[in-house]
Formats: sequence, structure tokens, C-alpha cells
Amino acid sequence: MGRVEGKVAFITGAARGQGRSHAVRLAEEGADIIAVDICAQLDTVPYPMATPEDLAQTVKEVEALDRRIVALPADVRDAAALREAVERGVAELGRLDIVCANAGICTIQAWDEVTPAAWQDTLDTNLTGVWNSMVVAIPHLIAAGGGSIIATSSTAGIKGLPFLAPYVAAKHGVVGIARSLANELAKHHIRVNTVHPTGVDTPMGSGLGGLETLLGRDPNLGPIFMNTLPVETVDPRDISNAVLFLASDEARYVTGLEFTVDAGNTIR
Amino acid sequence: MGRVEGKVAFVTGAARGQGRSHAVRLAEEGADIIAVDICDQIDTVPFPMASPADLEQTVKEVEALDRRIVAVQADVRDYDALKSAVDAGVAELGRLDIVSANAGIAGGNRPSWEQSEQEWHNTIDVNLTGVWHTVKAAVPHLLAGERGGSIVLTSSAAGLKGMQNISDYVSAKHGVVGLMRTLALELAPHSIRVNSVHPTVVNTPMIQNSWTAGLFRPDLEDPTIEDAHEVFRSLNVLPILWVEPVDISNAVLFLASDEARYITGVTLPVDAGFGIK
Repeated sequence: MGRVEGKVAFITGAARGQGRSHAVRLAEEGADIIAVDICAQLDTVPYPMATPEDLAQTVKEVEALDRRIVALPADVRDAAALREAVERGVAELGRLDIVCANAGICTIQAWDEVTPAAWQDTLDTNLTGVWNSMVVAIPHLIAAGGGSIIATSSTAGIKGLPFLAPYVAAKHGVVGIARSLANELAKHHIRVNTVHPTGVDTPMGSGLGGLETLLGRDPNLGPIFMNTLPVETVDPRDISNAVLFLASDEARYVTGLEFTVDAGNTIR
Repeated sequence: MGRVEGKVAFVTGAARGQGRSHAVRLAEEGADIIAVDICDQIDTVPFPMASPADLEQTVKEVEALDRRIVAVQADVRDYDALKSAVDAGVAELGRLDIVSANAGIAGGNRPSWEQSEQEWHNTIDVNLTGVWHTVKAAVPHLLAGERGGSIVLTSSAAGLKGMQNISDYVSAKHGVVGLMRTLALELAPHSIRVNSVHPTVVNTPMIQNSWTAGLFRPDLEDPTIEDAHEVFRSLNVLPILWVEPVDISNAVLFLASDEARYITGVTLPVDAGFGIK
């Protein structure tokens, strides 16, 4: 019996990286999946974003586990598109129990190089996108009699990483949403928690350049990015294991937690 | 394949309640167990503590799962006794991977300035110094194994927030967080992770007694635990009375397993939202 057997999970940013890993890990433990991803490029984002082929690969991997998946391209900035995706998924899979608000983008630059467009895209995707994902999903969780919402924040949701101001602002904001909704939704047996990864070995992580150069100008800032455990990055699956724990009934009384999967990055 | 297959876990306060539950849950997932408990009464503790028969029951339950267990009667206030127990357990079971510093007491029920010297010292000695002794006895074995390890300290929802009339307990449980955070830094280079769990009220013998009823219902003359139910509910955000020992054990299991291999320094609440109100 899988640890989330019979449950249905809605995952944003599911075409690759952490989102795909969450879809596969939850499917391994018995969940069916509703997967969305923008599958398109934002021109403020300096690394290649996911493609329709990436989302098709997630479908293949979930189906190889004999689980069902409803996958649709949808931009988390577009609440109407998200609502339609969730409603199609719930119509087909019958219910909703788990929400992983995972979709996110990142840019690296000094404060005076942040363009209005980069600021807006980051806040729209990483903060408003999380809000949209929850808002369209919550009625289905209430209908199911409870559920587990996991929002992906970051070590940048706990401390002020330099050269990432829009990202840091959005990821801190995610914690605010989660704390508020954890109180508001508890009466429906809906739990709301955040996960806070350190650097994760994903296409987003490896596609981000420029940090070394910026830190070279101010070496005093380098240690902020260092972990305590002797690893530079963690794997997507490490985040998925934390998501799985929070999603499962093993964590039925865990809510309002900022769960760091950060190799001790924030305790130094 | 169990989630902690082949590992060995050292659990204090293992005769009953959360400690027994941790031993059984970890054994269900493949771990062998080194179990200690005082199995005796401390005179400032206003409810019956565990007995040798309770520890025997833990042994029975772990063995019923086809796991091995070394169970020793030992007081966490006595470092030498604790060290002997761990050393004997490791000698027999071959290794050590997981430490669950769970043993704890409560007492008192009066404002901080009216607590007795003895109450204060007993609670600090068991709930804080006992945790340090547990770690001090166990860490050399984790280091010697050179495979890393996971230490889970049992704090409390009262380790992150104040609570009236049990300042000895609250102070000790806050102290556990300081110890956890420091150990996490000291042991990270060895890939040994250190985290704490923070339960709300758990359905155990430590709660199911008239002293606890009085702590939560100071307004009543002779309250029963049922009289305290509405207060328990009001502590939590999720609409529940209390959590069960297995809920804490599931968190301990996750932290103990390799699934959490990069999680360290976390204060993990299993508190139904007690901490976010």
C-alpha cells in the first residue's frame, strides 16, 4: 500500500525539475496526478524554460508507474487557465487531496539591474502564481473533507540572499500565504506547509549564471550560499521526499511548518 | 525494504508512551532498537511513571516484529548508566545510526516563582541534561560508524512558546532547541543530522492523569481529563483533541530515514497548528 494511495495531487511546474520529481514520487506511492506547466519561455528568464516535450516526459514517467495523469499546459499567472486545468483533472480523476504549488522562475542580478519586467514576472509567477494555484484548488479539498497544500518556497524565503531580490521577496511572500491559510483552513482539516530547498540540481539551478561574478565583487557575501552539511546541492528527490511526507497521512497533524530541506543552509 | 532497514536506533524513555511508539514504528520499518527507561518513580512527578513491566512490553512488541532489541533500565540523569547501556547495545547490535532522545517528565503546576527547587532541578535534569547525556553517550558511536546518522530530540510545542505554570518544563524544552541547533552545526561535517520534534498534547499516560487535568483546568476543584478536553481543543488549530504517539513516531521515522538525508536543524512541529496561532 503506497503512502498516498488513492489520493490525487495537483502539481504546478510539473514538466521537469522538482515538479516532475514530485509527480513521479507521489505516483510511486499511489497518487494520480494533475500536472500543469507553462511549457513556454518568459523573455525575462535567462535559462531555457520547460517545453511541451518535457511535460510529455512527465506523463510517460507517471504512466509507467501505472498511475493516471491529466497534464495540461497552463501558466500559473492565469487563474482561469489553472481553474480549467484543475476542474478537468478532478472531473477525470474524481477528487483532489494534495496541492504542490511548485512552479517558479529565478533571475540573478544586482538590485540596480532588476528590470520592472523581471520584478513583475517573478512576483507574478512565484507569488501570485502560488496564490492562484491554491485558490483554484481549495474548493476541491474542502469537498474532499481535507487535504494537504505544500508551497515551494526556498532558503530565500527565510533569509535575504543577495542578488536575488525579486525571488527573495516572492519566496518570503509564499510563507505569508501559507501561514495565513494554515490558520484559515484548519477547520476543514486542510494543512498548509512550505518547503525550503537549498540549491537543487535542476535545469533552473544549473541554468542560472552570474552569481560567481557578483560575489567576486563582494566576497564577504559568499558564505550566505554555503550549506552546513558537506554537499553543494541536493537532488529533486530530496525535496519530493519531504513533499511526500507532508502530503501523506503520516503528517496528518503537521501544519504551518516551514520545512527546510537545505542541508543546514539557514542554521549557520 | 523498510525505510530504516538495517539501522540501529537508541530510544530513551522507551518503556511506554511516545518512546515505545518510536521503538515499534522504527522496528516496523526495519531498525533494531536499544531501549532505555528509568522504570521508576521520581518523587516530584505527580503521576505514575513507567515500570519494568512496561519496558518488557516494549521488548515484546519489537520482537514480535522480528527485530532485535537491547533493553536496559537506566536513568537519563545518570550519564555512566546511559553510556553503559548504549555501549552494550552497540556491542550486541553492531552499530548505531539513529538517536531518539525522548525521555521526559513534567510536574509542578504553579507560577514560576512558586516552583520548588526540587521540581525545577528534576525537570531540568531529566528533560534537558538527560538529552545532553543521551547525545554525549551516543555521538561517539555515530562518529565511529562513519556513515553519518540522525539525532531527533523530543522538545514540545512548549519548546517554542511559553505556557503558564510549568516553567521548568518550558525552559527545559526550549533548552533542547538550543542544544539541537548547536549540535546540528557541530555534527554536520560528519553528515550527522540533528532535528527536534515539537508535539502538542499527545494521548499518553503522561497526559491521561488527574495532574494534567488540573494543569489545564486550574478553575476546577477536582477536574477529570474529560474536563480538560475543551482546553486541549483550544490549543490546536486543526479541529482535534490531541495527537496519537504514532503521529510523533511518523515524524521521527521520516527524520531518521535517508529520505531526510539533507534535513538538519529543523524544529518540526507535530502540533496541529499550536505554534501558528
